Amino acid sequence: MKRVGPFVLERRLAPSRGAVLGISLLAVVLALLVAAVIFWGYGVNPWHAYRVIFQGTLASPQGWAEVVRRAIPLILCGVGLVVAFRAQFWNIGAEGQILAGAVAATGVALFSGLPDPWLLPAMFLAGFLAGAVWGMIPALLKVKLRVNDVISTLMLNYVMMYIVEWLVHGPWKGPTARGFAYSDLFPRAARLPLIPGTRVHWITLVVGVAMAIACAFLLSRTKLGYETRVVGQSQDAARYAGIDFLKVTLWVMLISGGLAGLAGAGEMAGVHYRLRSPAHISMGYGYTAIIVAWLARGSPLAAVVTALLFGLIFAAGDVIKVALAMPFQVTDVFNGLILFFLIGSELLMYWHIRWAPKRAASEG
Amino acid sequence: MGWEEWLISTIARALAYGTPLLWGTLGEVYAERSGVVNLGVEGMMAIGAFSAFAVAQSTGNPGLGILVAAVAGGGAALIHAFLTVTLRANQYVSGLALTMFGLGLSGLLGRGWEGVPLKHPLPAITVPYLADIPILGPMLFQNQSIITYLGLVLAVVLWVLLYRTRWGITLRSVGESPATADALGVNVYLVRYLAVILGGVLAGVAGGYLSVEYRPSWTEGMTGGMGWIVIALTIFVAWDPVQAIGGAVLFGALYHLSYRLQPWVAPELLKLMPYAAAIIVLAFVGLGGAQRRRGAPGALGVPYARGEK
Repeated sequence: MKRVGPFVLERRLAPSRGAVLGISLLAVVLALLVAAVIFWGYGVNPWHAYRVIFQGTLASPQGWAEVVRRAIPLILCGVGLVVAFRAQFWNIGAEGQILAGAVAATGVALFSGLPDPWLLPAMFLAGFLAGAVWGMIPALLKVKLRVNDVISTLMLNYVMMYIVEWLVHGPWKGPTARGFAYSDLFPRAARLPLIPGTRVHWITLVVGVAMAIACAFLLSRTKLGYETRVVGQSQDAARYAGIDFLKVTLWVMLISGGLAGLAGAGEMAGVHYRLRSPAHISMGYGYTAIIVAWLARGSPLAAVVTALLFGLIFAAGDVIKVALAMPFQVTDVFNGLILFFLIGSELLMYWHIRWAPKRAASEG
Repeated sequence: MGWEEWLISTIARALAYGTPLLWGTLGEVYAERSGVVNLGVEGMMAIGAFSAFAVAQSTGNPGLGILVAAVAGGGAALIHAFLTVTLRANQYVSGLALTMFGLGLSGLLGRGWEGVPLKHPLPAITVPYLADIPILGPMLFQNQSIITYLGLVLAVVLWVLLYRTRWGITLRSVGESPATADALGVNVYLVRYLAVILGGVLAGVAGGYLSVEYRPSWTEGMTGGMGWIVIALTIFVAWDPVQAIGGAVLFGALYHLSYRLQPWVAPELLKLMPYAAAIIVLAFVGLGGAQRRRGAPGALGVPYARGEK
């Protein structure tokens, strides 16, 4: 117990749900305030900036649709990262796993020659598998050779980024792309339907939410989920319980990488309809998903909600870019600041603050 | 060109490209020796690169640019130190946040400076007399940067400090077992703050070198993953400042070769070489046995709270 002026601070073992929610919200608000200072330093009136953002996103149905569209890959990647983080596997490689999925989906769309009705399911399946393989390499490296997971997943992002660059400049460069670094456009049958009047490829959205529910079930109700949680809490405990560390890690990264791969396939079939340079395919969804997962605190369902929050930030980035002529990197500044304040406030959640003014008599 | 000349020029350029890796790695080695992982190197380098360029371009003084880059890198590292040492936040997440923030902020502020060549870059140095030595002269002493030489000297100085002085013992003890160090009267928090800030200062210089010396200009994201290579190198060189020289030159060579080999292989595939190599190198390290035996600090990544176990 500590006393600060008229307040008493009491330590608690587990933060209450209200404290987590309230303090997280406070952290986001503080981050937006600091971002306002940066706007101001950039020569943009922050009040005007936030008003423009609000009008461009939450004030109209089209704005909301853009938020949702941006949230779709974040839901899939965020849910996958929740699963990985639950096992204490630091998957920083969702960005590369998205691209792996995009490459596989493109390969199927352009070169498989499958009959039309099979094309989209095959693209999603291929995307899942490619993302899963790209995620399971670091899993193997971690368990077998103790290669740090942060580094291996990150390095594989760069490797996949350059593979995509190579594909669009070289072997897959479309004859119809007129000198641009694009693949050819996908045939109609390889494109997802959109909600009319928006750019929301709703099928990927449904898949994302379904995956969130499935992963919530997996983590809380199945043997694999139980083993994942044990491994995440203590590798020693897992060993004593006879849990196969390799098996659990591979499964976790199959899911985590696979979901990111689905996100990549969805972006291909729902937004771009062709492979293009990596910065245009993903724009940092894989990195932002880390915050989505961190904020969701281990719950796949909560990741759907936090993904929408960061979908809003991406949509805001688009609005700022057009309306205020600021670069899209603004979103990275927002993301970094929000993350700083979130982890900075973590300790606060473990303290219960009570109003208890001192009385003269109680002082001994 | 004969193969000897080819080799000599490759090593000379490897040293130049390895310089930012060396500075960054030296900084990360010190931070990690105190027990704090800082994944924000990429962000601190980006901040350093931008601030060095902005200052050098507006004042015409590249040396001042480097100095400001050092301060800016140190300032960025201070955020990480505050979050992870004082507030005991997760070191991985804090470092990632620093990288996002640094890349974003430098991209945002640097927009107006994009693609303009620097008017007065740091001049390259040819060391008199030494440059005339056959083989070694062109390899090491012609057209190198003062920052390259300073980095080499710094590596040796930091090695001596780490292994041969009381300060070094204090730093290592804080990284090995902070509770024991604390019991012996060492201010664990202060040591960690200083080590992390030093790491940021060196990363800032590394970034500054890129924008005022190596490629005298500013482009968004010009650090291009070098900060992450630094994290891998820190493990690869077993947290040893002198070994960092070898590691940095090796990866510098890979970066250089990714341009040099372009007549034969697609440039995009060459550019992925250093990143793939980082994984392969760490896999070999893993084959060699436990990290602990290689000198990994015992309390690496663990926040220290006084009075808790």
